[in-house]
Amino acid sequence: MSGNPVLYDHPGPRARVRNAVLTVVFGALILAVLYWIYRKFDEKGQFAAVLWEPFLKGATWNNFIIPGIEGTLKAAATAMVFALAFGLIFSVGRLSDHRWISVPAGIVVEFFRAVPLLLMIFFISYGVPFLIQSSVPPFWSVVIGLTLYNGSVLAEAFRAGVHAVPKGQSEAAYAVGMRKSLVMQHILVPQAARAMLPVIISQLVVLLKDTALGYIVSYPELLQLGVNVLSANFGNVVQAAIVVAAIYIVVNFGLTSLASWIERRSKRRGTKTQPVGPLVDGGAGA
Amino acid sequence: MPVFSDPANFDMYVSGFMWILKMTGVSAVLALVLGVLLAAMRVSPVPVLRWFGAAWVNIFRNTPLTLIVFFCYFGLYATLSVSLSDDIDLNNFWLGVVGLSVYTAAFVCEALRSGINTVPAGQAEAARAIGLTFAQTLRIVVLPQAGRAVIAPLGSVLIALCKNTTIVGTIGLLEASNIMKQLINDNGDQVILIFLVFAGTFAAVLIPVGYLFGWLANRLAVKR
Repeated sequence: MSGNPVLYDHPGPRARVRNAVLTVVFGALILAVLYWIYRKFDEKGQFAAVLWEPFLKGATWNNFIIPGIEGTLKAAATAMVFALAFGLIFSVGRLSDHRWISVPAGIVVEFFRAVPLLLMIFFISYGVPFLIQSSVPPFWSVVIGLTLYNGSVLAEAFRAGVHAVPKGQSEAAYAVGMRKSLVMQHILVPQAARAMLPVIISQLVVLLKDTALGYIVSYPELLQLGVNVLSANFGNVVQAAIVVAAIYIVVNFGLTSLASWIERRSKRRGTKTQPVGPLVDGGAGA
Repeated sequence: MPVFSDPANFDMYVSGFMWILKMTGVSAVLALVLGVLLAAMRVSPVPVLRWFGAAWVNIFRNTPLTLIVFFCYFGLYATLSVSLSDDIDLNNFWLGVVGLSVYTAAFVCEALRSGINTVPAGQAEAARAIGLTFAQTLRIVVLPQAGRAVIAPLGSVLIALCKNTTIVGTIGLLEASNIMKQLINDNGDQVILIFLVFAGTFAAVLIPVGYLFGWLANRLAVKR
């Protein structure tokens, strides 16, 4: 069903009146809620200029928000590279014809997909130090946790991508005498990777959002520096949270739009991409 | 299992997972109701409703859940003094449920909307042809078919929700991940066992749930 107008008739005079009434009623309702929030904020003095002023000063951005963004991007970029490698290795492992490779790879992927990311990060930053007798830097506990979780999700995505490549492709490759590893490297993985590009990008959004968990183990990322530390200095939690949320929304919305643009473009050119939704945990990571 | 043979530790383990279970249950119901409403808004003939639905989805889907939960506590509760219960644990629980529900509803809405797109146009056209209104078309014809098409994605959303409940530990609720951290700090010699028990509990429940939803999706899919 393309385009929603299929769901309702082209509005006639009565429907137009009804829609106008509904627009006014719901518009008023939304405005009322917004006004209630405004009143609530005002009551608590949350519009006081002193709480918002810090965001107009360069020093606030230089000392808290920019380093926070850097920390977030650094963790996200490192984890993404590792997660892609992890995903590639384990998807190929799971597709292997040797059961002694495919079964363990499958168990690892299923396990890390089912365990909450926070539980893994806690284990790495509080449990592993007991085992190796030295502390784990917060950066690495975040990156390793993100790698294991997102790598496993990507492994499943790649596997689905390889299955989606038409059978004739690998049959033709075998027919011209390629070996299994060559078929995988030159025929299946490149096509699967292209088909999965939108899924990979939306997983990047999940990963970027999940770096916010670094706040819990005091890794200096955007939530830690931009909200926690910043508001400790200026006493403006609500304002800082709103500004930081806006930054997250802009970045992630941009990436999401990129993913759906690529999906639309490749649909137009006839190469099929996997739909973003069903595969990747509904995209609903932390 | 030396750690868990101590009844006090075992009780902590059980209580941690009870919080997870309660949060998952309550948030799942709230998020489903909210998500269906949002999906209906996003395809409705009234522009204001479409904008509202789109704004909700874009705001909450793109904000980290950790920030949303953080805001529920420090913004709603500590600054704006919105208190949901007199009991401290219950208050944190409900604040967490609010955060989880508004966040998850955005994903439920998007899953349903993609399901609505899988329903053939002829279905809605036929519904309109026999004179059903928009609400009737959606309720009687389109949503039942869309719902059955998105059982697998909705299952993934539910699993993600269950894992996400651990984040409410940030605002001080003693759920499973906080309990695990505490047990690890008290029993440094058995960290691997403790992790495997907690992670294993999640895996033992969530992996079968994933397969169950896959099976249900197959069984209930609309055969065309």
